[in-house]
Amino acid sequence: MAQNYEIPTPKKRLLSLQMDPAKFEKATDEEKKQQDVMAESTTFFKDGMRRLRKNPLAVFSIIVLLLIILTMIFAPVIVPYGYDEIISVEGVRDKQAANLKPFEYSAKEQAYMEKYNVKVFPHILGTDELCRDYFIRVVYGTRVSFMVGIFAAVMVAVIGTVYGAISGYAGGRVDLIMMRIVDIIYSLPDLLIIILLSVVFKETMDFSKIPVLGKLGTNMVSMFIVFGLLYWVGMARLVRGQILTIKQNEYVLAAKSMGASSGRIIRRHILPNCLSVIIIMTAQEIPTAIFTESYLSFLGLGVSLPMPSLGSLANAARSGMQSYPLKLVFPAVAIILIVLSFNLLGDAMRDAFDPKLKN
Amino acid sequence: MAKYVVKRVLLAVVTMFLICFITFFAMNAIPGGPFNGEKAKSEAVMQALNARYGLDKPVGEQFINYMKNLLHGDFGVSLKTGRSISQTISESFRISAKLGLMAVLVALICGIVLGCVAALNRNKWPDHIIIFFVTLFTAMPSFVAASFLLLVFCIQLGWIPVWSTSNPNYVLPVIALSLSPMAYITRLTKTSMLDVLGQDYVRTAKAKGVHPWKVIFVHSLRNALIPVITYVGPLIASILTGSLVVEKIFTIGGLGSKFVDSITNRDYPMIMGTTIFLAFIMIVMNLVSDLVYKLVDPRITLD
Repeated sequence: MAQNYEIPTPKKRLLSLQMDPAKFEKATDEEKKQQDVMAESTTFFKDGMRRLRKNPLAVFSIIVLLLIILTMIFAPVIVPYGYDEIISVEGVRDKQAANLKPFEYSAKEQAYMEKYNVKVFPHILGTDELCRDYFIRVVYGTRVSFMVGIFAAVMVAVIGTVYGAISGYAGGRVDLIMMRIVDIIYSLPDLLIIILLSVVFKETMDFSKIPVLGKLGTNMVSMFIVFGLLYWVGMARLVRGQILTIKQNEYVLAAKSMGASSGRIIRRHILPNCLSVIIIMTAQEIPTAIFTESYLSFLGLGVSLPMPSLGSLANAARSGMQSYPLKLVFPAVAIILIVLSFNLLGDAMRDAFDPKLKN
Repeated sequence: MAKYVVKRVLLAVVTMFLICFITFFAMNAIPGGPFNGEKAKSEAVMQALNARYGLDKPVGEQFINYMKNLLHGDFGVSLKTGRSISQTISESFRISAKLGLMAVLVALICGIVLGCVAALNRNKWPDHIIIFFVTLFTAMPSFVAASFLLLVFCIQLGWIPVWSTSNPNYVLPVIALSLSPMAYITRLTKTSMLDVLGQDYVRTAKAKGVHPWKVIFVHSLRNALIPVITYVGPLIASILTGSLVVEKIFTIGGLGSKFVDSITNRDYPMIMGTTIFLAFIMIVMNLVSDLVYKLVDPRITLD
């Protein structure tokens, strides 16, 4: 641009509107500088993150979630108890250690500590009625609920995106039929179907041989199946709507005219443009999944014993509510904190990445 | 309009049929017939029983028979009590319906009022307080709310007696059920109220010197409530499913606790009957709220 060469003056014809270069003046360097872009160029993601960092609620929820995740990872390493381990002193089962208050030691533990002058790791949240350390149970329960929530949400995101992308991109009759199916699934009462299928899968299937799934139990597997079957419809509708608008853009037409395949257009041009919507929806799906899991666990259709989940811990605490109300408070507060932070984070992400979605 | 109504009704019928289908075949997939109970029965008795209840026929025919009976309002017989399921449902649903209706009313009234207050005091302290509690309540599952209420008001403070059939006290269960839908309605009303308050016709009304209260109630609220109508269907669904656990916690013998009991007892006909019944109510309510939504607002175009 900055090349300096003489512009030859063309011969001006009579009554021609051709401009006369002699009448123009060269811009000074100072004037040229004004044309420079002042702000550093930013990507879509960076821009959204900047807005997210400015939102105090988002920062708060991120900090809470980070704390929870750190506890989930490191507490089982630090605390010397297992989630299904019955407290024992010198290899003998300690029967008095049931239902201890937070930071309380049983008589045996106290005698042991005085005898050897050592400190036994405190029971931060006390113990439950089967003499198990309650803190580690709540931590494992949080782990289960958290993982179930994230895994279910990601699964919903994948299925819904693929389905919505195909439906929206194909259009016409295919779209019509696919959307009718979505309509029907959408109007099914999801919790009732989940309960029903959980009951059936509990009786008919056996996952106890498979490593991770076996530990979580048939109920969790059936919950995932039902999530995969029913919960993706919201995501599919959203993605389809997005794609219908993006499809109209010129760059899609350009790609098409250059002979790009449908798959390539969907992957390279359309999906990246609705990524923000998908991420936001996924973040908002996590609390729903956690809710459903705790609800099912509460009904006794959740993870199988002795693996705890926040819902089953709350359910178990209900019987001794009169004498040990704290047992109910801890898992309940954990659920509320997790769901609250994910809700706030989801809302903040929506505001930061896609202000159009606000209402 | 007629086309839309027909389309919606058809969708509801298909959904209802699908639910019956899923329920029936899901329950049939469970190994073991309903009579493999505690007591061992002789082969002849089993055959007689199967023939008596039509269980010796092929599954397809059983399904058709079951559907025929459903249309007559006959859900079969409970395995545990031996009583007619439709009778059990109609008896226990009376309690659940009373509870649910009160919860729906409380959620609607409180939600709309709080939403309006929040919208009219935007970014002032009433708005902040309301939104704080709304955010908190949406993060609270109904069983947590119910357990906390029971813990604080019945056990710790002793203000409200624990539920008994002779002395039913609906206050706590209704609050527990209505908290999270109320929070949702508050948010919904607030956004739609803010939207309406920014409309030209509201400004015109204000400029004409219409009384502020009239502007709020006649010009704004009436229009702001339209989105709330669509939520009535999902609201009833959420209250019905919420009542499963809430009834269990407060030991109310309604349909919800009957359903939960039938799950723990593996009383399959009862599970089937209750699922189909609850699903029917939810679908009908969804249908009604969708149709009413289209009826009240002439601006909404029908496709």
